[in-house]
Amino acid sequence: MSTFAFTDEQLQLRESVRRYLTDHATVSRTRELMGDSDGFDRQSFQGLFNELGIGGVHLPEEYGGAGLSYVELCVVLEEMGRALYPSPYLSSNVLAANALLLTGTTEQKAELLPLIASGARLATVALYEDSNRSDVANIEQIVVGGSFTGTKSFVLDATVAECFVVVAREGSDRHNAPRFWLADSNDPGIKCSATESIDSTRRIGSVSFDNVSVERLGEAERDLTRFDKFVDLASVALANEMVGGAQWLLESSVEYANSRVQFGRPISSMQAIKHKCADLLLEIELAKSGAYRAAQAVADDDPALPVYANIAKAAANDAYMKSAADAIQIHGGIGFTWDNDTHLWFKRAKSSQVLLGTSEIHRDQLLERIDFLEAD
Amino acid sequence: MEWSETAVRDELRSFLEENWDPNAELLDWRNKLVDSGWGMPSWPERWFGRDMPQSLLSVVAEEFARIGAVSVARTGIRLLAAETLLAHGNDAQRERYLRKILTGEETWCQLFSEPGSGSDLAGSTTRAELVGDDWIINGQKVWTTSAHHADFGLLLARHDWDVPKHQGLSYFILDFHQEGVEVHPLKQMNGHASFNQVFFNNAKVSRSDQVGENGDGWQIAMTTLMHERRNAGNIFVEARRRGDFKGSIYEQEAEENKILLEPYTWYPQRAGRVDLVLPRAKATGAIRDPVARQEIAKLMIMSRCAEWTALRARAAQQQGQPQGPEGSLGKLAGSNIARQAATVHTLISGVDAMTAGEESPESGIVAEILLSVPAISIAGGTDEIQRNIISERVLGMQKEPRMDTGPFKDVRKS
Ligand SMILES: Cc1cc2nc3c(=O)[nH]c(=O)nc-3n(C[C@H](O)[C@H](O)[C@H](O)COP(=O)(O)OP(=O)(O)OC[C@H]3O[C@@H](n4cnc5c(N)ncnc54)[C@H](O)[C@@H]3O)c2cc1C
Repeated sequence: MSTFAFTDEQLQLRESVRRYLTDHATVSRTRELMGDSDGFDRQSFQGLFNELGIGGVHLPEEYGGAGLSYVELCVVLEEMGRALYPSPYLSSNVLAANALLLTGTTEQKAELLPLIASGARLATVALYEDSNRSDVANIEQIVVGGSFTGTKSFVLDATVAECFVVVAREGSDRHNAPRFWLADSNDPGIKCSATESIDSTRRIGSVSFDNVSVERLGEAERDLTRFDKFVDLASVALANEMVGGAQWLLESSVEYANSRVQFGRPISSMQAIKHKCADLLLEIELAKSGAYRAAQAVADDDPALPVYANIAKAAANDAYMKSAADAIQIHGGIGFTWDNDTHLWFKRAKSSQVLLGTSEIHRDQLLERIDFLEAD
Repeated sequence: MEWSETAVRDELRSFLEENWDPNAELLDWRNKLVDSGWGMPSWPERWFGRDMPQSLLSVVAEEFARIGAVSVARTGIRLLAAETLLAHGNDAQRERYLRKILTGEETWCQLFSEPGSGSDLAGSTTRAELVGDDWIINGQKVWTTSAHHADFGLLLARHDWDVPKHQGLSYFILDFHQEGVEVHPLKQMNGHASFNQVFFNNAKVSRSDQVGENGDGWQIAMTTLMHERRNAGNIFVEARRRGDFKGSIYEQEAEENKILLEPYTWYPQRAGRVDLVLPRAKATGAIRDPVARQEIAKLMIMSRCAEWTALRARAAQQQGQPQGPEGSLGKLAGSNIARQAATVHTLISGVDAMTAGEESPESGIVAEILLSVPAISIAGGTDEIQRNIISERVLGMQKEPRMDTGPFKDVRKS
């Protein structure tokens, strides 16, 4: 991306991911998986690694990655969001990989990242706890003497994960920023249970840790801004996934409006419908611009990233949720049925809207970071 | 020729070094710019340009700004007129008009809207009849910005009432310096009078001042409007801060601006003055109010994302992708931003938002914002019309059934 336009290579990547997902992530397959205990298709998931080679898009080549930038990763995510592809890609290849990349020692990265990038190991980040349901930074749980006890909620793909990256403060310096710790899902002190979500295409669970021995990622005295950066990167990734879903909703609404006839004419000739769609297009385009700009900021190591991450997630939240609600309205009664596909994206919109911060939280934080905004 | 950034910079620098003189006569300098092609470098070489890609114009602007060199005249409708003549005029018209547009000697306005045809521009009932070698014009235009300063107008009028409405229109260059043209100012809700009513009573247009052929009026008007939408927001040029630069040419420029910018002093306010929001929110403490914070952040997000969307559109164009509907999207975004800015300025001011004048917030600027924002979603095509354009041309949605397809004389009018 030359800051504001995708390169030919990036467009080709988009094209090949779209083609793959059109073949392997059909809505009928997704509907089957909604009733499956794992919630994803291991075969098509493995194809991301073997066929598409996108297991470690943004990871350095020495760790088994493709050595591309966050922009390429976000292109992949946008396509997954568009296709509503149910998979642990976000939890393992993005969030857990980011935590390792940001904080791990060379040895830790060399050991784990290649496994994640090849799909050989599923990892996830255990972040939420009772104290931080609205503010992810408000972590209270602590690791004492290399051992962790506590319950983490809303852990993505918790029941299929083979390895947990636990976010907790270090007992001895609990005033400092949260740190990242590794735990193996085979540890007898770990108990996972699935949590029922309105969005069956993205699995969540609750994980309780009872005296589980954990390994600190990175050195004891490391850069404590890493946690904030992890959260910003996660918001940017999710925002890019979300704008893909919003775009799908708009396209399917327009297609439906062109075919549905009432009062002797297609409803797409009625201004109440047309103008809704025009407004959606504008809102989605603005949200895409926010998401793309933030992805580029990650790639450039731009100091304005924190601000752009807030902009991207808040804009994506609002655009996706509005698209979802309007898409159902445009479909009329059929839009409220289980058989119509719109609700699948509606549910993803809702779960994504509240994951990693609602718009209100991001807007408030944006103004806290105001000096950044003005300086840039 | 292939232009590169360094080539542009080098050649322009040496031109400016040789020719720029802050004590030159404004008119002499502008004529030099026109002759050199540095006034409008993206125009064709044959017509005072250098065939330069749009993408390099920012380099040119930077070089001018660096030494404070005055540019060709850009204020108002003049560039819409110029672009329209470049696209549809004949060589004699280009020869006659383009130079004086750029030197600032002649000022233009847009005579499109009428009492009976605003959004429905093709419903024009201003009559054009060919008598001998002159078109005789009768009728009325309205909301004509800057007509009180105009030497010429871009005129849309009807020559044929028996064909469907879009086909009976022609496009003319109307000379304001004649008896049959009367201009009456119209006072606006914000107290300014930047637009006018214009009456034609047997006004004359020489045959040689018809642009295109009979029936081309609609298509040519679309070109003008496309440029207007693309430039929404920067159709006027804010008086540049000349800072440390000194010379008599700036005094002449300031004199010119006093007249040409007069109708546009409130234009920044109608866009909402987003630039004032953070400083005001900090000064008043509103930045700590949880409700105001949310609204301020919404505004910042909207305006940032709109800027980036415009840059994406420009980048796509530079990659050779066709010009999309970004003009309409951008115009709609501008309306949303302006309205949100008015909401935020009201939140920041509280009860003071009802006051006006020198003693009121920002010496009356906030009052002017609140009373000017309503114009932005009307002027240059309403928000509703932009939504029609976006839904039909971008999203491919169906047109509404029409009730105005027969001969124009039979179409219902207000
Ligand atoms: C500050 C300002 C400066 C201007 N300067 C100029 C100028 O220099 N030259 C010039 O020619 N004109 C100028 N205009 C006029 C402007 O272009 C028109 O006002 C505008 O196009 C709307 O036309 P109208 O006022 O007749 O409203 P109408 O067309 O009567 O519209 C009234 C309402 O109906 C809605 N409406 C109309 N048609 C449709 C439709 N098909 N679908 C949905 N809704 C519809 C409109 O959106 C609007 O809300 C200016 C206007 C303003 C406010």
